Formats: sequence, C-alpha cells, structure tokens
Amino acid sequence: MNIVVFIKQTFDTEAKIVLDASGKIDANGVNLIINPYDEYAIEEGIRLKEKNGGEVTVVSMGGSRAQEAVRTALAMGADKGVLVSDPGLENTDEFGRAQILAKVVADIPHDVILAGRIAIDDGASQIAVRLAEALSIPSVSSVIKLEVAGTQATATREIDGGTELIEVSFPAVFTAQKGLNDPRYPSVAGIMKAKKKPLKSLTLADLGFSAGDLKMVINQYSLPTPRKAGRKIDGEPAQAASELAKLLREEAKVL
Amino acid sequence: MAKGIMIIVEQRNLQVRKVSLELLSEARKIADQTGESVVAVVLGQGIDELAPTLAASGADKVIVIDDAKLAEYSTGAYTSVLNKIIRKEEPQAVLLGNTAAGKDLAPRLAQRLGIGLASDCTGMEIDSANFLTFKRPIYAGKAFAHLTSNVRPIMATIRPNTFPVTPPDAARQAEVVKEAADIDQADLTAILKEVAIAASKRPELTEANIIVSGGRGMKGPENYSILEDLADVIGAAVGASRAAVDSGWKEHKFQVGQTGKTVAPTLYIACGISGAIQHLAGMGSSKFIVAINKDPEANIFNVADYGIVGDLFEVVPLLTEEFKKLVNE
Ligand SMILES: Cc1cc2nc3c(=O)[nH]c(=O)nc-3n(C[C@H](O)[C@H](O)[C@H](O)COP(=O)(O)OP(=O)(O)OC[C@H]3O[C@@H](n4cnc5c(N)ncnc54)[C@H](O)[C@@H]3O)c2cc1C
Ligand SMILES: Nc1ncnc2c1ncn2[C@@H]1O[C@H](COP(=O)(O)O)[C@@H](O)[C@H]1O
Repeated sequence: MNIVVFIKQTFDTEAKIVLDASGKIDANGVNLIINPYDEYAIEEGIRLKEKNGGEVTVVSMGGSRAQEAVRTALAMGADKGVLVSDPGLENTDEFGRAQILAKVVADIPHDVILAGRIAIDDGASQIAVRLAEALSIPSVSSVIKLEVAGTQATATREIDGGTELIEVSFPAVFTAQKGLNDPRYPSVAGIMKAKKKPLKSLTLADLGFSAGDLKMVINQYSLPTPRKAGRKIDGEPAQAASELAKLLREEAKVL
Repeated sequence: MAKGIMIIVEQRNLQVRKVSLELLSEARKIADQTGESVVAVVLGQGIDELAPTLAASGADKVIVIDDAKLAEYSTGAYTSVLNKIIRKEEPQAVLLGNTAAGKDLAPRLAQRLGIGLASDCTGMEIDSANFLTFKRPIYAGKAFAHLTSNVRPIMATIRPNTFPVTPPDAARQAEVVKEAADIDQADLTAILKEVAIAASKRPELTEANIIVSGGRGMKGPENYSILEDLADVIGAAVGASRAAVDSGWKEHKFQVGQTGKTVAPTLYIACGISGAIQHLAGMGSSKFIVAINKDPEANIFNVADYGIVGDLFEVVPLLTEEFKKLVNE
C-alpha cells in the first residue's frame, strides 16, 4: 500500500503572535512544531504500512526549516521525504498550494493520502480537500477512525453533533481529527535511521510552476484588542453568586 | 454587484440551521446598501416548504434542488450540483456556514470553480468600491487576516454566531425556482453508509449562545452533572478544557481551544479552568467571560469580565439556584 502524508510545520501553540515592521506575522524566535493534526496523519500512515506493507512518503511545503519536520516524521517511521521550498510560495494562496501539492503527488504512487484536519497556524481546513479535488479523487474530512480492507476504506468522520460512516475506494484523501490514534514518539534508533532516509527537495520550477496566481488577497493583518481583567466579586459564596447573577442580568444583559 | 449574494443554506430534518439564517440576515443588510439581490440555495429531499422561511429571512430568490440523492449531505453530489448552479447564476459572492458540512464542501467547490475561499470568517464588510472584504481569525484567534479578491464569485465560510438573526418578515416574497439535481456520476465516489446524531437536548457547542465549561478543577467526570444542571437552567452548551478531555472525563468534541473548537458565545462560564494560552485562543472572542476558580492568581481572571474566587463545588450549585430565580421571574 502506497501512502502519502502531508505535513506542515507550524508555530508552537505557546507562541505569542506579533506583527513585524511591515505588518506581517513575525516568525522571529518562534518555536516550530509539526502541525498537531498532522502527527495523527503520520501515525495512521505508519500503522497502515505496518499492517499492509508498502511505503510512506511524507510531503511538506515550506521554508528550509521544514526539513526538521520531515526528518521527525522519518524518525517516527516514514520511509521517504519530499520538501517543496521556494521563495515564490510567499505569493500563493490555498488554490495554488493545492495545485502544487497535487503535482507532487501525481509523481508518487498513492493509494491513501493523509493530511491534518486543519493547520493551526494560518490554516483554513482547505488544502487537503482542494488537493483531492485537484486530483479528482474523493476525500473524507475530520476522520476519527479508519478501517481498510483491500482497496477500500471505511472512515468514521466527525460532524456537528455526531458521526458519519463513509466508504471510499482508493485512491482517496483522509484528514485526521484528534482521536484517530495516539502518535508515537520517534525512538533513538528511529532518529539515527532517519538521517539516512531519502529526502528530496523540489522548487516550483522543478514542478513546472511559476509563482503568482493569487485568487485571494490578504490586505492586512491585525491583532485582537487585548481583553482587560474585569471585576472580581468578593464575599461569601452565596452572596457572590447572587451578585454575579445580578450583574449578568442588569449590567451585561446576557441573561 | 447586481448578480447577488448567494447563500448556500444548510438544513437538517427540514430545520434551517441557525447559521444559515444569520447569513441571510447579514446578506440582506448588505444587499440593501448595495442594491444587491440575495439568492438562497437549498438542497435536500422534500424541502419545498422551506422556501417561505428563506424568503421571510431575507432571500429575493430561492433555488430549491430537491432530490433523493441530496437527502443527506455528501461532498460529491453537493459539489456537482452547486458547481453548476454557481456557474449558471454567476453570483458576486457565495457564503456558507463554517459547519462540518460547510468546511468539507467549500474548499472542494472553490477548487472546482478555480476561486479563492476565506474560511471561518468572523467579519464581513463592504469597502468603498462595494467589494466584500472578510476578516478571519488565524493562529486560533491570536491574530486576524483581512481578505478580499478580484475574482468572482468571492467565496467565504462564516463562523456560526458571527451575525445576529433578523426577525423573519412573513410578508416578504421571493421568486422560487426549482432546479433538477444534475449530478455527475464521477462525483458519486464516496458512499455514506450511516449517520449517527447523538441525541442531546443541549445546543451544539459552536452555535451556543451560552457555554458552561469545566476544566481539571472538576476533579472527575461524575462532577460534570453540576455544570449540566447550571447549563440546563439557561439553555447552555457544556464544554471542557483539554486537561479534562485528556483525563478522559469528556469526549474531544467538547474540547474548547486551539486544538478543539473555537467558540464565540455571548457568555462563557469557565469553571476550574486556569486559562492557558491554548484555551484562551478558542474562547477569547466570547462577548462576556465569567471565571470561577479557587486560585486568585489564575490567568483566566486576566481575561474574565466577572470572576469569583472560590470553590466551584460550592459556587456552581449556588449560581444554578440564582439563575433559576432569574429565569422564573
Ligand atoms: C499542542 C497543544 C495544544 C493544546 N490545545 C488545547 C486546547 O485546544 N484546549 C485547551 O483547553 N488546552 C489545550 N492545551 C493545554 C493547555 O496548555 C492547558 O494544559 C490546559 O488548557 C489546562 O486545562 P485546565 O485549565 O483545565 O487545567 P489546569 O491548568 O490544571 O487548571 C485547573 C484549574 O482549576 C482550578 N481549580 C482546581 N480545583 C478547583 C475548585 N475546586 N474550584 C475552583 N477552581 C478549581 C485550579 O486553580 C486551576 O486554575 C494544549 C496544549 C498543547 C501543548
Ligand atoms: N505547506 C504545506 N505542506 C504540506 N502539507 C500541508 C501544507 N499546508 C497544509 N497542508 C496539509 O493540509 C492540512 C490542512 O491545512 P490547511 O488547509 O492549511 O488548514 C494540513 O494539516 C496538512 O496536512
């Protein structure tokens, strides 16, 4: 079974967001991690390989530091890595990025494509579904259980207030939601092995793209107005509860 | 912008979802300013009777696509039908709710149409040239991106609870058009085997007006009953921090935060939650925040409009009694 896993390197969830002099998100000094949902995707890919044989290729697009993310995935047990890195990526949006990633996949044998439900940085829950469309194959979003039999999969997906059970034939894209599995940590042996695993670098030109087909334009970034500490209500619990109820009705007018 | 703002309406069991009514209400306001028309598109089976509701909520035109194959949401069939409707109608803008179905449908539809998509927006405005601009939270609400596009239609999914619902006007009329479901066989590749909706008398977390959330301070799953009692008095949803979810006290679907749900209710009541940055990311845009925590130094107090320093096991039941009094007044 040939498995392709898409991973993005994102800011650590602890990161505080500030804007730089040009009004863009400042990445200076920020810790980078593998997008948490993509860890479930990697783990699922490795488990599918362990059960069914085959190969797991990890694909990431980003700056040169994204190599670390790919190496981590290789250390967890993936077999090969591909990194798409190009200054021209600055000027792409979700539409273009999905086209580029679809081109990468087209050259790799694939039965199962795994991605995260959302990238927790500027992610929009778009890339994986757009990628499936670009490849004209089905996708199942927000998967919490994946069962594979032959060339078919039954996926349980989370919907508002419940779940759906969906059957698809390969090739197909699945996006991972928390609950799918518990991702493993790379072992020391895994980290050593990862150093020797193949990691291919590609530019936009290698893939036949020239940058700059923006469908959506970001005019500016802004930061939320910081919340201020409000009022602490003192007194005995009974008195405080009564005071709070009164404030919610009369001052906040929310009850 | 004469061609209109198109709202893809979501319905479940013949109930129009609240977020769709929110979108119709806001689109109506914008349309009235720009001389635009509002087009509602609704897909499903046996849905004729929804047209008057959509007209009353602001639609000038209602397109009904009624077919057994559309009874339940499916990515392929819905994309197939809507792609054709949008190409035919050529609207200026297409709006969907950022629900499970909206999140799944919008990117595929956008890719097929060769257009951009502003996801999970919490703001929509018109600029001086009558172009729509969208505001969307990034980094789980730690920043915002402001987007627009020259490509038409401009497409966006809007987070539930972003806009108020205007009371329906039963006198409003709309042109009602029935279209056949033209589904390409190639789009029917995923087969829906089963839908399981958990019975719950409480509102969906992302749609709730009030949320009562419990963290590690709840000490165990059995204690959530005191939050549920409080929630039921005021019609609230119940949420949880990741610490509570990781302890196995609550399912992940109840988790609020950077790796859970992002919520923006009118009132968020945090009980036994310390206020970690990842939790605040998910609920920081709530209109009012109440914190109940026994640690006066807890970070949650730095963002709470009202706080009670105390033992939640004492305070919450008392608050339930106070709310009962208010509701019965
Ligand atoms: C990658 C990543 C993603 C994350 N995503 C999320 C996320 O989506 N959502 C999320 O919530 N967290 C998330 N976290 C975890 C986050 O960092 C915190 O660990 C978590 O929010 C803490 O939960 P808590 O406030 O319930 O627990 P704690 O921090 O342990 O706080 C418990 C609070 O309860 C109070 N308390 C205890 N007993 C009582 C009592 N009897 N009465 C009143 N108060 C009491 C204590 O004073 C304390 O303030 C994430 C972390 C990482 C690394
Ligand atoms: N630059 C990227 N490189 C590789 N995979 C990506 C990239 N961006 C997004 N993805 C994948 O698509 C998923 C959804 O991302 P997004 O649409 O940005 O929220 C992520 O969890 C990744 O699996």
